Amino acid sequence: MGGGALGTEFVALSLPPLLIGVCAAVACALPGNFLLLRRQALIGDAISHVVLPGIVLAFLITGSVAAWPMMIGAGMAALITVVLIEVIRRVGRIEPGAAMGVVFTAMFAGGVLLLEQSDTSGVHLDVEHALFGNLESLIWLDAEGWASLLDPVALAGVPHELPRMAIALIVIVVLTYVFWRPLKLSTFDEGFAQTLGLPTGVIGLGLVIVSAIAAVAAFDAVGSIIVIAMFICPPAAARMMTNRLEMQVAWSVVFAVASAVLGYVLAGYGPVWIGFDNAVSAAGMIATVSGVILAVAAVFGPCRVREGAAAG
Amino acid sequence: MLFEALTLQLGYNATLVTIGAALLGITAGAVGTFLYVGKRALVSDAISHATLPGIGLAFIAMVMLGGDGRSLPWLLIGSALSAWVGLLCVSWLTHRTRLTEDAAIGAVLSVFFGAGIVLLTVIQSMRAGRQAGLEDFLLGSTAGMLWNDAVILAVGGAIVLALVLVLHRPMALVAFDPDYATATGTNVRRTELAMMGLALAITVVGLKVVGLILIVALLIIPAVAARFWSDRVERVVLIAGGIGGVSGYAGAAMSASAPDLPTGPIIVLMAFGIFVLSLLFAPDRGVLAVFLRHRRFQARVHVRQGLLALAQGQPIYERLTLRLMRRAGLIRADGVATETGKAQAARALLDERRWEILRADPRHEWAAARYDGLTPLERVLTPDQLVELDRSLGPEGV
Repeated sequence: MGGGALGTEFVALSLPPLLIGVCAAVACALPGNFLLLRRQALIGDAISHVVLPGIVLAFLITGSVAAWPMMIGAGMAALITVVLIEVIRRVGRIEPGAAMGVVFTAMFAGGVLLLEQSDTSGVHLDVEHALFGNLESLIWLDAEGWASLLDPVALAGVPHELPRMAIALIVIVVLTYVFWRPLKLSTFDEGFAQTLGLPTGVIGLGLVIVSAIAAVAAFDAVGSIIVIAMFICPPAAARMMTNRLEMQVAWSVVFAVASAVLGYVLAGYGPVWIGFDNAVSAAGMIATVSGVILAVAAVFGPCRVREGAAAG
Repeated sequence: MLFEALTLQLGYNATLVTIGAALLGITAGAVGTFLYVGKRALVSDAISHATLPGIGLAFIAMVMLGGDGRSLPWLLIGSALSAWVGLLCVSWLTHRTRLTEDAAIGAVLSVFFGAGIVLLTVIQSMRAGRQAGLEDFLLGSTAGMLWNDAVILAVGGAIVLALVLVLHRPMALVAFDPDYATATGTNVRRTELAMMGLALAITVVGLKVVGLILIVALLIIPAVAARFWSDRVERVVLIAGGIGGVSGYAGAAMSASAPDLPTGPIIVLMAFGIFVLSLLFAPDRGVLAVFLRHRRFQARVHVRQGLLALAQGQPIYERLTLRLMRRAGLIRADGVATETGKAQAARALLDERRWEILRADPRHEWAAARYDGLTPLERVLTPDQLVELDRSLGPEGV
């Protein structure tokens, strides 16, 4: 990093995207742990694809790209997807993976078609934005150094994605903490949880809804691709490290934060170090770093092999 | 305009693209069926997303070697190589670590896609990369396709289709029952490899038309839709191929007929429309057929219970039962039994008594298992057995 990288410039240009990236990564990784153990890892994939039709519809109805209608539209789309997958799976007796594949691809195609058909030339709304997000552009122009963090006037100018992502993260952390026991029980032994009188169906649906909240809050800032990566890679890497759920969640948070920070730094400063003058996509780099972490954990992790299977 | 497109009169390129898309759809439907039957439909999602870094690397390599980087065959070869690596990663993670296949798929698709996006931004900052148009591979774009590219597409589709025709028997066997396939001497590993290779080939050929995000739809939707129409795998393959072919043909033609209709999404939505129709109207497995079957069953139960009530002189209050029996001419409008009604009621009661005796007799255990309150005993026992059974009916028999 060049001179002054930790000064004014850092607070204004790098701190907000970094914090947003970290919040988004952790917010997705937390529910991702449970999705992974329940073999629903690809729900995150499906949800992040259908965010596109959701925001396009919200734009067509309200005519604006304001945050709330978009979030609501995306949330509705996510909910409709989950319900549709379940309906098709039950009614058609189709295996869940295929039902998922049918629904999210069709909805994504619908979203692209709507986008092409409607006049969105005046607004910032396109497929690539939904996929890659726009982490680098979330800068804090009012910041004049670390002191600005205590200055209410300057704080008002923080990119609005940051408070939104932070709130989503807090909600998810609180929910995970409050529902820890029922979640853990119904994830590992659904039958036992039922005999205890736990509403396992409601818990499962709640988990999917929380995942949808994480995905929808995150996609606007960081794009779908990080959302999918963060749902799966940090929890998967954490699974290689331990057999205890508590430790797995802790590791996954560590990995998520590491991916976000390392990915952002590598994307922003990495090319400069090797002589290029343009930064590369931070979203893509964060996903890549999370993959590298997973690869390392898969090769060296102490609990990488299925119990009973021969060591690889 | 649409008519011209559907009858292939929009010029050579549009015609070739349409034919290519139809061939692609047929092959994707057929290969997708094997993946779906083998419960591995979403592996294709990992394959398709994993093509992106290969495209980027191929472009960069070509530019470094002095080309303009836009030669479609090399881009496709690059995409095939990186998709192959992605496939190996999925298989390694699934077999050598504790991760389940769905997690492995998700990890590979997101990481490879992320890496691909990093490469795309690298390319954008290269001088030759400004107009690379590699984003077209995300969603497919047949507009402005070169003649050579269209030929590659059509020939590629035809070759893959030929391979499917050659390999369809072992693939069906392996997808359905790998153990049986092993026992009968099929090389399961090699066949699975061929199956994945074909899925990969379809993905690569389809990149330019449908785009890498949506190509997976072409491998899944026709197969799932076709499954509604038949239980026999050969037929499902044919039907899926048909559905894929029709979607590809009509979708590509429609998209060529108007400017704002992107090829990939139109093809996918076409296939989805056929899926919805299949879900609703397929005989036997469709929603409508299941609903009608349920209604018929319901009617039989109600009539049977109504007849038993008639025979025992009990009043019937239930509305549906009354309506059904009135319509069948078993009772009059005022609820009194007609002659047919009385006769059938007596038969129903006799049948019920016979069943009762039969179910109490351990010697008839096998037959008693078929009791569902509807099947007449005549269909379960021979006349001789019935006569013997009737002996124990006793004096109160009808």
